[in-house]
Amino acid sequence: MVGIVIVSHSKKVADGLYELADQMTGGKIRIGKSGGTKDGRLGTNVDEIVEEIKKCESGDGVLVLVDLGSSVMSAQMALEFLDGEYAGKVEIADAPLVEGTIAASVEASIGSDILKVKAVAEAAKNLVKI
Amino acid sequence: MMLTKSDVTNILDVIIKIIEDNRQYLTDLDAAIGDADHGINLDRGFKAVRDKMTQFLDKDIGTILKNVGMVLVSTVGGASGPLYGTFFMRMGNAVSGKSVLDENDIVAMFEAGLSGIKERGKAQFGDKTMIDAMEPALNELKKALSEGRNLKEAIGAAANAAYNGVLMTKDIAAKKGRASYLGERSIGHQDPGATSAYLMIKTVADYVDKLQQ
Repeated sequence: MVGIVIVSHSKKVADGLYELADQMTGGKIRIGKSGGTKDGRLGTNVDEIVEEIKKCESGDGVLVLVDLGSSVMSAQMALEFLDGEYAGKVEIADAPLVEGTIAASVEASIGSDILKVKAVAEAAKNLVKI
Repeated sequence: MMLTKSDVTNILDVIIKIIEDNRQYLTDLDAAIGDADHGINLDRGFKAVRDKMTQFLDKDIGTILKNVGMVLVSTVGGASGPLYGTFFMRMGNAVSGKSVLDENDIVAMFEAGLSGIKERGKAQFGDKTMIDAMEPALNELKKALSEGRNLKEAIGAAANAAYNGVLMTKDIAAKKGRASYLGERSIGHQDPGATSAYLMIKTVADYVDKLQQ
């Protein structure tokens, strides 16, 4: 199954969103999370993103969900560092973090492939709430 | 005029010091339009460079610069980490294996570093970013060298161009980063990224100016 990695500037956001997505999918898929810097500040951490992607890759690929700014650039750097055996298997979704992560996690849990999971995450941009 | 490996490491030492000295200034600039951490983040990154530098000082200039970039990527935490990290890594790639740099090497590495930043940040001149200091500096460096001016004069002219770029950022609205959420309200504030880029270019210019050649 496709794995999901959550990347936020805030450890609390990443932890909380992980909790939501894991409950929605009942532990069926691998969900990784990276929030904050190594020394506990707000910010992003390329090394940790790389590690989480590796942990979540089971052969079907990994979709990375990001919040803002440096999380996008850090995720892109992580993908460059992972190139090689991971080439073409890891994608970054251009999606809102919370809605996109939930939609992608549920889609991954029913066995969809990485492109479908990514498309569903990105479609969450158009979700009408009210 | 050539720059040796010890010139490069001396320049890095001064950059580390300049960023430390300007930590609060850069952070104050960022407080006006960003998340008030530019100076703090950069200082943390460059201090990590200082701590780890002994591990790669015996390598060639290209490898040293690539390692500086890797350390910045891993330690800065904000957008300036991937941006300056990419800048130093690309500069290192451009001068791979070299132990001295001539004028062409310096232009090539600056060009490679700047295009790395543009790709990484998907930004261009006029977006109120570090590019606003770097691009005029590179253009001026190339122009001065093509007119037959020596490296000392050319880098001095580049630093002046970078400074004018920094001043320009006061008059324009941000299109990238957290400042872009402020839109027009970011006008009137000097960009912290352009300022840190200028400080680094000025450091190189001052160092080269003092070289006896």
